[in-house]
Amino acid sequence: MRNETEMRQAALLPEAKRGVVSLSALHPGEQGTVVALAGGRRLLSRMAALGFTPGVRVTMVQNFGHGPLIVLVRDTRVALGRGEASKIHVRRMDSD
Amino acid sequence: MTEKIHTVALAGQPNVGKSTLFNLLTGLNQHVGNWPGKTVERKEGTFTYNGRIYRLVDLPGTYSLTANSVEEVIARDFIIKERPDVVIVVADAATLERNLYLVAELLPLPAPVILALNMMDVAQQEGFRIEPEVLEAALGVRVVPMVATKNVGVHELLAAIDEVAHDMDDYAPKRPEVRADHQDVLAQIETLIEGYVPEPYPQDWVALKLLEGDREITQLMQEHLPEERWQSVYDILRQHDDAMVAVASGRYEWIGRMIRAAVTRPKVGQIGLTERLDRWATHPLWGLILLASILGLTFWLTYTIGAPLQELLDTYVVGNLAELARIRLAGGAPWLSALIVDGIIGGVGAVLTFLPILVIFFAVMGTLEDMGYMARAAYVMDGFMHLMGLHGKSFLPLFLGFGCNVPAVLGTRVIESRRARLLTIMLAPLIPCTARMAVVAFLAPAFFGSAATLVSWGLILLALVVLALSGVLINKTVFRGQRAAFIMELPLYHLPNWRTIGMLVWQRSLAFLKKAGTLILLVSVMVWALSMLPGGEIETSFLARIGRLMEPVGRLMGFDWRLMVALLTSFIAKENSIATLGVLFGADQEAGLAETLAATFSAPTALAFLVVQMLFIPCVATVAVIRQETGSWRWTLFSLGFLLLVSWVAGVGLFWLAHLVGL
Repeated sequence: MRNETEMRQAALLPEAKRGVVSLSALHPGEQGTVVALAGGRRLLSRMAALGFTPGVRVTMVQNFGHGPLIVLVRDTRVALGRGEASKIHVRRMDSD
Repeated sequence: MTEKIHTVALAGQPNVGKSTLFNLLTGLNQHVGNWPGKTVERKEGTFTYNGRIYRLVDLPGTYSLTANSVEEVIARDFIIKERPDVVIVVADAATLERNLYLVAELLPLPAPVILALNMMDVAQQEGFRIEPEVLEAALGVRVVPMVATKNVGVHELLAAIDEVAHDMDDYAPKRPEVRADHQDVLAQIETLIEGYVPEPYPQDWVALKLLEGDREITQLMQEHLPEERWQSVYDILRQHDDAMVAVASGRYEWIGRMIRAAVTRPKVGQIGLTERLDRWATHPLWGLILLASILGLTFWLTYTIGAPLQELLDTYVVGNLAELARIRLAGGAPWLSALIVDGIIGGVGAVLTFLPILVIFFAVMGTLEDMGYMARAAYVMDGFMHLMGLHGKSFLPLFLGFGCNVPAVLGTRVIESRRARLLTIMLAPLIPCTARMAVVAFLAPAFFGSAATLVSWGLILLALVVLALSGVLINKTVFRGQRAAFIMELPLYHLPNWRTIGMLVWQRSLAFLKKAGTLILLVSVMVWALSMLPGGEIETSFLARIGRLMEPVGRLMGFDWRLMVALLTSFIAKENSIATLGVLFGADQEAGLAETLAATFSAPTALAFLVVQMLFIPCVATVAVIRQETGSWRWTLFSLGFLLLVSWVAGVGLFWLAHLVGL
């Protein structure tokens, strides 16, 4: 389930950014392309080393709407907290 | 003339089978220590090939070489400062794309690289087709396909090491370049720092790390550049503070070209073994049930194998040894006999009898880690651990504490963030270990009769509540609520490698035995001496005097000096409390002791004593490993002070509460 804050954030985005959501908004099985990463340098660097960089395709593996997520990125299954996931902005693959 | 011994460094990301390869190459010719001044494990060994001796240094497993963690700094400093003759990068063939990221970071460093493409069998199972020769041509470095667990490719790797170590002329790697849109900036930085980069850092690498915003290198150059130049560099860096992501993307673009040439990917939709297993193992309900079953099994193993073995050790090895010493020393000075029998064998022996339980816990931890399950356990427990400002990875070490606090503290090595690791170590002694439970199991029936079970469960619950509250408190105050980001790899499952696990159990046990022979021995003898000097009787000893001195602290809970002394001697091993009470109350038989105690102390005092016993400072073995793993006396003393305070507050609180309800 997409939660309310995420819905509101999506609504506030300008036209060009439509389809861009936080990673935690993807449903299991859905794919997206990373468009931007936010956060401190340390977190960015860890994300990059685990495979998250702009342009990479990610597949949501597990997302129950609460608790940590599992994402497939560069053939690696990565578990991450919702807080960390909210710093990764993705474009839904089907919304182009 | 003897030939120079060549140094080979072993690098790789976590979960790629690096330890397995290290053990395979060195066998028993290895030595485990710590990196100088750090609490990170350092393994070093030797192997012989082609009549030449090689020194193999295992670098910490890291995903990248940016100064994010101590491990990353250690790995890159070793390569830059010690200049190994060869660096072997172990990569998991099934996650090659991400693994090549470390290769992209290693190639600009001044040491020739060999890529050991491990777990080729798993990659094949997952549907990847990899052509090592094509990859070799694309990278310009030797690529050796391997299955380290099955001994496949080891000979080829050794031959490659031997070749590269002795003939550098052919070494011409194709190094990754920074993305086109940042090449100008990089060139500008390099011009500015030219001539100012201290030895032995490579200049182009320093420029790249500056652009990436690497904290350590930024500080280094700020110190070495004249102020004006630093200002110019700083201005450029500030304009490009997003460069880190660009540099990382550049590396993946380079990797992408390598991969496209050498790897055929599985068809989309192919479901691997890992995905099928994870549907259960990471499910919020089934995952918890699976974890609970595994933990239950671990306890079952401990009680059916560990506990009887512990008893056997106690009776036959420690008991007989004490008897033998007593007979042998019968003719000599009585104090010598007492020192050896009661002080050394009694103290260290009690600690040593825990070895079977430790071995079981080390083996379970090692197996779960090696199979790749540990990350799943961390994942399903993450929500719960959040409450204490920790994340899932702290759960298993804490769980191990129920067996013994020693493996709990050692088990925190799986936690990357120092802050989370320290917090977990601070909380570990609050887990009631088997020895504490043994004391409770003896005293609770003596004091509370039929309500003993209820009291015992209540005490465990209390300890866990205190643990959770302490977690929240320490996190909020000492660590100011910071929390390490929860982002971790869920590695592919594979069959456990018994050699790797066996080696781990052996090394951990050996380290514990060494501790028992040094620090634990020293403290045991000291406490024993305090309990015997000056008159040879515990009732008139220094320890008793200390107990009397501290009586006022205990009086708030109705304790007398004898209970204080019992607590003090529990520092050697928790069960000592009972033995001490036995001596102080002059009861030879434990049954007699139970009645005497029940007659002497009121129910609130008895309850308070059990509570304090439960939350008191841990035994000397645990303190020794806390010191070892934190690498700091300050944290060790903080832990002791904190536990003293917590146990006293809880004891006094429950004593008065019991009074109020009229127990």
